[in-house]
Amino acid sequence: MVRIGDAPGVRRTLIGIALALTALFLLLPLVAIFAQALASGLDVYWQNLSDDYTLAAIGLTLLVTLLTVPVNLVFGVFLAWLVTRFSFPGRRLLQTLIDIPFAVSPVVAGLVYLLLYGRNGWLGGWLDAYDIQIMFAWPGIVLATIFVTCPFVARELIPLMQSQGAREEEAAVTLGASGWTIFRRVTLPKIRHALLYGVILTNARAVGEFGAVSVVAGAIRGQTNTLPLQVEQLYQDYNTVGAFTSASLLAMLALLTLAAKAVLEWRAARREIAT
Amino acid sequence: MSIRIAGIDKTYGPKGPGHTRALEPIDLDIANGELVGLLGPSGSGKTTLLRIVAGLEQADGGTIHFGERDVTQVHVRDRRIGFVFQHYALFRHMSVFDNVAFGLNALPRRDRPSSAQIRSRVMQLLEMVRLTDFASRYPAQLSGGQQQRVSLARALALKPDVLLLDEPFGALDAKVRQELRRWLRHLHGELGFTSLFVTHDQEEALELSDRVVVMSNGRVEQIATPDTLYRRPGNRFVFEFLGEVNRLEGDVSHGVLTCGAARLAVPGLDDGRHELLLRPHEIRLSERPSAGAHLPVSVSAVVPVGAEVRLELEADWLGEPWQASVGHAEFDRLDVSRGRRLYAVVSQLHRFDAAKPQTLTLEPAV
Repeated sequence: MVRIGDAPGVRRTLIGIALALTALFLLLPLVAIFAQALASGLDVYWQNLSDDYTLAAIGLTLLVTLLTVPVNLVFGVFLAWLVTRFSFPGRRLLQTLIDIPFAVSPVVAGLVYLLLYGRNGWLGGWLDAYDIQIMFAWPGIVLATIFVTCPFVARELIPLMQSQGAREEEAAVTLGASGWTIFRRVTLPKIRHALLYGVILTNARAVGEFGAVSVVAGAIRGQTNTLPLQVEQLYQDYNTVGAFTSASLLAMLALLTLAAKAVLEWRAARREIAT
Repeated sequence: MSIRIAGIDKTYGPKGPGHTRALEPIDLDIANGELVGLLGPSGSGKTTLLRIVAGLEQADGGTIHFGERDVTQVHVRDRRIGFVFQHYALFRHMSVFDNVAFGLNALPRRDRPSSAQIRSRVMQLLEMVRLTDFASRYPAQLSGGQQQRVSLARALALKPDVLLLDEPFGALDAKVRQELRRWLRHLHGELGFTSLFVTHDQEEALELSDRVVVMSNGRVEQIATPDTLYRRPGNRFVFEFLGEVNRLEGDVSHGVLTCGAARLAVPGLDDGRHELLLRPHEIRLSERPSAGAHLPVSVSAVVPVGAEVRLELEADWLGEPWQASVGHAEFDRLDVSRGRRLYAVVSQLHRFDAAKPQTLTLEPAV
């Protein structure tokens, strides 16, 4: 007896369609990015890359990522710990609120920040009096990026920590361990893989965020342009090769992220087999 | 170290009239070196009580003393208890050795033994639980029984004042459970720790404990040695919870109970309607009625279970069939089979409808 979909013809057709679609929608654009970036040769590619504004954009993107990821790492762990280990009124509401950055369009998030911290905003006037500028400067970009990426770590951890329960932590506390020791030696090793995964996703999004950042950055060339903004601006300037050069950097980062994720998953699978 | 529990109570959720309490105020004294079992159906509050003694949960009122030390307000981490969880709760990412060493390694630096001392202590504990060869394995590579032994070694590593066990053998299969029970009994005899454990298995409670605390609905029903508990249960709940029960209901007149075609001499019982209870082993079977008992029954099911044979007995005068257990010798002598008609002989009856529970010992069968 042949099961449904088991006939060789059906199987080949289905696999063929899946592969064709993947190539058309996922692989081809990726190849196109690198093809365009290298269209005028390696020299031009290199020239575009060492352009002052591009270098500034790379630097700003790295700064934003370096600040965002640790903040959201700590915040995400704290939030997941709170939601899974304690029961308090408003716990469910909090779990829903975590998803706001996913639900809301990044542009709206950027506008809200503008409303709060802009010169005519609620907090902006007060900040302005102390000569602190948040909008159209790197602090605004960092804040917007933190907002957009804050659910990643918590979302990875919460289901895992819920399924693992708190028995091991309870055992540790009966053995006299302090809160910090329990976190470091019991909880952290248990959630390590999910945490790394969350960090990778946060990192990928922090590097690539466009919408929220474009609202709060003000696109000052060489000052508040992150890589994605730089790509857009070069493209608007009809500098296609330049735009694709910057885009190729982002694409490479994306590939690296995927590779890191694959390695993590492979290692997790190997651990499963070992035990 | 002795444990003194005085007036411990606990209510979950909002307090108010009509709200069921997880624990009614409970008093319990456990002597130094005693092994006490908390026995009850699920929801009886036994695990809550154990976790309160451990400090993993807070009581609403009452006090707990370990020896002379009032630990009511002491944090779990400073109570010096060992706790064994039903599902072991081993640290899955640590080797067996590191699991057992965890408590020693977590000591503040000034109290922490040297790593050589820790090593020898851990190996000594692993020897005690007969797992020396498994020191470098991970919990997932061990069987349930082995994991629970690791968990026990881990709990004993810091030489706790009291050892608390929450359904320690509940997740294991019958044979391993039996083995571990005996082994724990021996270990207790050797080391003499004071211990409180929770179980819903009456056989486990009776076999393991010096004294058993029977609980239901957050109340203590009876505290007694296993022997007393079985022979002189304090109330009907205890009697029914500790084993299988057969019922006999009938009218007594002049010391004879009548129930349909059945008659039974019950000297000393007042006239009137009575409900009497008896265990399967308090029934014997005979081919003829005896002087005091005329209880005709027919065998409706035969179930050989190891050393004994369980029989189901039916009769018109019985509401529900009786369960009886007989030895193989008697089984063969009476040539029991399904449908065989015999006479039941009763050696003991228990009665809980009076103010005080009463046990009637009847004349042995001739």
